[in-house]
Amino acid sequence: MVARKAETLAVKGQVDPMSTAPFRITRVIKETQDTFSMELAPEASGERFSFSPGQFNMLYVFGVGEVPISISSDPTGQMPLVHTTRAVGAVTQAMWKLKAGDALGIRGPYGRGWPVEQALHNDVVIVAGGIGLAPLRPVIYSILADRDRFGRVVLLYGTRTPEDMLFRKELEKWRSRFDLEIHMTVDRATGSWRGNVGVVTTLIGRSPFDHQNCVAMVCGPEIMMRFTVLELQKRGVNDDRIFISMERNMKCGIGLCGHCQLGSSFACKDGPVYSFAEIKALFTKREM
Amino acid sequence: MENLERILAEHPFFAGLAPQHLKLLVGCASNMVFKEGQFVFHEGQEANYFYIIRHGKVAVETFIPQKGPIVIQTRSEGEVLGWSWLVHPYRWHFDARAMEVTRAIVLDGKCLRGKCEEDHDLGYEMMKRFTQIIAARLEATRIQLLDVYGSSKG
Repeated sequence: MVARKAETLAVKGQVDPMSTAPFRITRVIKETQDTFSMELAPEASGERFSFSPGQFNMLYVFGVGEVPISISSDPTGQMPLVHTTRAVGAVTQAMWKLKAGDALGIRGPYGRGWPVEQALHNDVVIVAGGIGLAPLRPVIYSILADRDRFGRVVLLYGTRTPEDMLFRKELEKWRSRFDLEIHMTVDRATGSWRGNVGVVTTLIGRSPFDHQNCVAMVCGPEIMMRFTVLELQKRGVNDDRIFISMERNMKCGIGLCGHCQLGSSFACKDGPVYSFAEIKALFTKREM
Repeated sequence: MENLERILAEHPFFAGLAPQHLKLLVGCASNMVFKEGQFVFHEGQEANYFYIIRHGKVAVETFIPQKGPIVIQTRSEGEVLGWSWLVHPYRWHFDARAMEVTRAIVLDGKCLRGKCEEDHDLGYEMMKRFTQIIAARLEATRIQLLDVYGSSKG
């Protein structure tokens, strides 16, 4: 596999990587009970915001604080910049209260994203848990924009309940495609759910893909990723073909403050996406 | 029979099984179709069979008074359904119901239990394979209990 380079593109015209550029919220979409997406447009110019799938921005709610949030939009430029997040902390809860027309500060994009280029001509297995689908959505857009250059593409998505599923309209649209295989499952069935029940790892054995020549991209809670990696390994997928996103304690976003240090690397700069081969020695460390 | 033998021989669950054991299993096997909503087995009943799902989906569920049936897990194409036939007291602990038209190969576990007693090599092979299934279900249940998608501060 080809080594990936960290990409540190900055918001256009942004010289100091620690300074934010003002963006205006153009639309807020309530995805679930506690998760929402914001469409954003730069105040300064109408230029397209360039990023790679898996990269993140630092979003600043004025007077409250700054948080790292993955970009969930289409990197091929077919839609505005979108961030999807769950309202759980002080900053994201303040963000949840913002409306269309309100402003936010953004700096980024930062980090090393998903290995879409490396996945060319291979089968691709995307395993998402809960809100982990948000950073993986740009991968799906990228693949679909260039679909013929990939092998079989499988998306396995697990959530707590059917109501917790993100991007439901899109999932339905994608499910109707013949060139994209989607399996969804919930931990707890509610209402009229007629689909799979059980953890997302149980879907791996049900999905036909070339275990030797595939690239697996996994995003979700760390514990879900741990069990997913085990399941992929059990089926013969090599560690250097399994990629996970480690979104830990990022503060500066540019590898200076050390909050997100993982051994000798910084998740914000050298990650958040790592191959499992790179990270496995650190993956089960309790505190870092 | 020939068709059943081929299907069982190609199924990963039976991979590596000695030809004489496979032949024995084929003798205990038959095809079955369950309509949507039809019960495959009921909680508390004698567990005398297990199933290889060929097509369709089955919900493993339990009934909670005032709440109705709660689906715990689903099993679908290619998967094995049911291991209580191998574990004393050989009774189903949950209900299983077809969520859609489901085609399965049903294997007579009661007959197989007797054959496993007579031929411990076969018994050991079945135990090894079903232990994998039971361990996988236990692990899945543990992850389910962890409620991994719960909110975390951020």
